[in-house]
Amino acid sequence: MPDLTRIALIGGIYSNYHALTATLADIDRRGADSTFFLGDLGAFGPFPDRIPATLIERGIAGIQGNYEESLSSGATDCNCGYTDPRDNFYAQISYDYTAEKTSDHYKRWMAELPKSMRLEVGDRRILLSHGSPRRINEFLWRSTSPDAFLRRMCNDYDADVIVCTHSGLHWHKEIGAGRHIVNAGVIGRPANDGRTNVWYTMLSIGDRVDVEFIPVDYDHDALANEMRAEKLPEEFIETIETGWWTTCLEVLPAKERAAGRF
Amino acid sequence: MSAHPHVPMLALDTLWFQVAGTLCNIECTHCFISSSPTNRSHGMLSLSDVQSRLAEASELGVREYYFTGGEPFLNREMVPILAATLKQGPATVLTNGMLLTARICAQLRELIDGNEYSLDLRVSLDGFDRDTHDTIRGAGGWDRAMSGLRNLVAVDINPVITVTETATGIRTEDGRARFLAMIRAWGFEKPRLKVLPLFRLGAEAQRTGGYSDSERLTADMFDEAKADTLQCSSCRMVTSKGVYVCPILIDFPEARMGSTLTETLRPFELRFAACHTCWVEGVTCRT
Repeated sequence: MPDLTRIALIGGIYSNYHALTATLADIDRRGADSTFFLGDLGAFGPFPDRIPATLIERGIAGIQGNYEESLSSGATDCNCGYTDPRDNFYAQISYDYTAEKTSDHYKRWMAELPKSMRLEVGDRRILLSHGSPRRINEFLWRSTSPDAFLRRMCNDYDADVIVCTHSGLHWHKEIGAGRHIVNAGVIGRPANDGRTNVWYTMLSIGDRVDVEFIPVDYDHDALANEMRAEKLPEEFIETIETGWWTTCLEVLPAKERAAGRF
Repeated sequence: MSAHPHVPMLALDTLWFQVAGTLCNIECTHCFISSSPTNRSHGMLSLSDVQSRLAEASELGVREYYFTGGEPFLNREMVPILAATLKQGPATVLTNGMLLTARICAQLRELIDGNEYSLDLRVSLDGFDRDTHDTIRGAGGWDRAMSGLRNLVAVDINPVITVTETATGIRTEDGRARFLAMIRAWGFEKPRLKVLPLFRLGAEAQRTGGYSDSERLTADMFDEAKADTLQCSSCRMVTSKGVYVCPILIDFPEARMGSTLTETLRPFELRFAACHTCWVEGVTCRT
């Protein structure tokens, strides 16, 4: 075993093919021992089939998000876990478009994806999940995930490192005894910080666990043009062009909400 | 008639504190626990009461803390209680907004800036205007709540405005849009709104009539796979009298589940009319 194992983690892709291409190129350049996707391949963006096609072609393994669970089971909504009608309104537009445009053979492929994956690197137990290990659509935010709660989750699920995505914002917390929670962020839309880049995560495991969040610039103008051509909501496009979330943000806790423009 | 179902305790994620007991500066006609300036059926919780519960909660891996009453800001230790809580996890306070003075708001701002976990406020309003609100909450209630909201705007705290269905049409798209526009006009650029159904308990049962006998949850109506939609599958409520199943049922001695949090981590029989409301309406008291 090499001294250091590097694992690239790709959070929600949201049909952002341009960001996926740029992310994979960046991973190739930096080098990783393995790469995994964490689910929610589709959502706000156009032409959802491009994402599974690329992942399959590249031989990248990964897990279901709530999108894949819903699409592969014929559900009528994304089961994103929103409660506010404003969030659900836009989530439905996004899901309906994605469900209509995703080919049946990719829906069948999605059905076969596991809900979680366990990796062992040395004596470290790593658990990949979408929302949280216990619920595919649970939002793990930095400001509402206290250490005691995260410790309980590591204990309940026999993990030293828990990796998740779903909320759209990346963060990492070390909670003692060599345990880590990593929200890998998403490459589907920017991190609500007024910048157009997206983020993926590199986990380096050796004597210790290092977590690096890597910003990726990509051709967001090309994405925005395709979204317009597909008549996707202008609100979704504004997020891509400005880096500020305009929809699906009522779910944010107070601290994360205060950090955004809307 | 089939037996009432039992809700499992999946994981204690949310811990509520009846931090002001049933003491309130006003006496709303829809209050499901009849809080008032004279109702002392549940007492105030002290800072040390809360601290000992926080220690228990930490052992159990609780995720979030909610504070309600009565009116929480009647509790003179409310700010220190929040300071202690925020060292450990996120906190939300349910308030009528009337006691949110400039001084309290400045202290809350400091707590927000000085802690990694979210502090959120929920300010309750009834109706779209002063008349509707004051009919339920008493004369002067609207103006004092507005004063509290102005103090929040001044320190850039963005509360969730919580409205019960006493606001006619609030559940429709137009009603929500109207209310959101109103919140924005008060100076909150990112208006946040939560609509709550009414529980026909306490004072509200007097106002509109209570539940009928048929409004009970039966085993054949219940789907255990969806138990997580009921907040009692993941919450408990601490009052001066012990630990209750949820924030709604503290007037029912049978809803008291124990003295320590650990002994309440067991299933609960959903035999109350309010349980029917929560199940049918998908209610959660969480934000």
